[in-house]
Amino acid sequence: MPVPILKQGHYLVASIQDALSDGEVLELQENLLKQIGDFRARGIIVDVTAMDVIDSFASRSLRTVALTTRLRGAEMVIVGIQPDVASAMVQFGLLMDDINTALNLEEGLEFLDRWTAERTDADGG
Amino acid sequence: MSFWIVGPPKEQTPMGDEVLVAISSDRDVVRARQTGRSMATQLGLSRSEATLLATAISEVARNIVEYVGEGQILLCTVNLNGMEGIKVVATDSGSGIENVATALQDGESSGGRLGLGLPGARRLMDEFHMVSKVGEGTTVTMTKWKGPGRG
Repeated sequence: MPVPILKQGHYLVASIQDALSDGEVLELQENLLKQIGDFRARGIIVDVTAMDVIDSFASRSLRTVALTTRLRGAEMVIVGIQPDVASAMVQFGLLMDDINTALNLEEGLEFLDRWTAERTDADGG
Repeated sequence: MSFWIVGPPKEQTPMGDEVLVAISSDRDVVRARQTGRSMATQLGLSRSEATLLATAISEVARNIVEYVGEGQILLCTVNLNGMEGIKVVATDSGSGIENVATALQDGESSGGRLGLGLPGARRLMDEFHMVSKVGEGTTVTMTKWKGPGRG
């Protein structure tokens, strides 16, 4: 099942509904990178609450989207990493040091609002 | 670096529950890890333990699809000295790996893309053993035990 990507203001919100196969992870990656250009989005939120595991493939793919998004002048934040998934990632050695994360959708939106505001200030000043 | 290889596997008594998952696509990778998770939950492993197991299964299953194309994963409940756990046996008949110790080092991979998978999976499991014969295939055997105090 493809991951729905909703437009919310200047942001794109991808809400993963179920465990994803590698093919579905790649499809999400492609769709997000395409839509960020199509919609001129300033930010992306990927909600991973429903993901059963974040293994090496999924984490590399999410990281690719985040870094590519940044190169295109926008910012991505991952929200909803479950506690057991987070601790498995740490034990595995999957680091996401340079990736933004937030507890939930609401805090993800707040993060992007702050990021956008700071950037607008910098441009204006 | 022989310390990467834990084993040979101790004598474990099978407890009866056994599921064989054929692996030939990315959908099978999901099926294998979900089957492993549900067996772990049924046996009483914590959610965290089940997630560690599911993540490790995902990695070894993907290796089969990525490097060999097809293989199988046997999941079974085991018992050792009163401890209960889930044993995973991932088997393929691929070209095999010449140097198992190297394959288990961080950042190493014959395909050059999946260097994290096996050493990562090893860190998530309590027991991990890998045997590979060039021209015959590879078998990864790994076990996750139910943590203390989980009856």
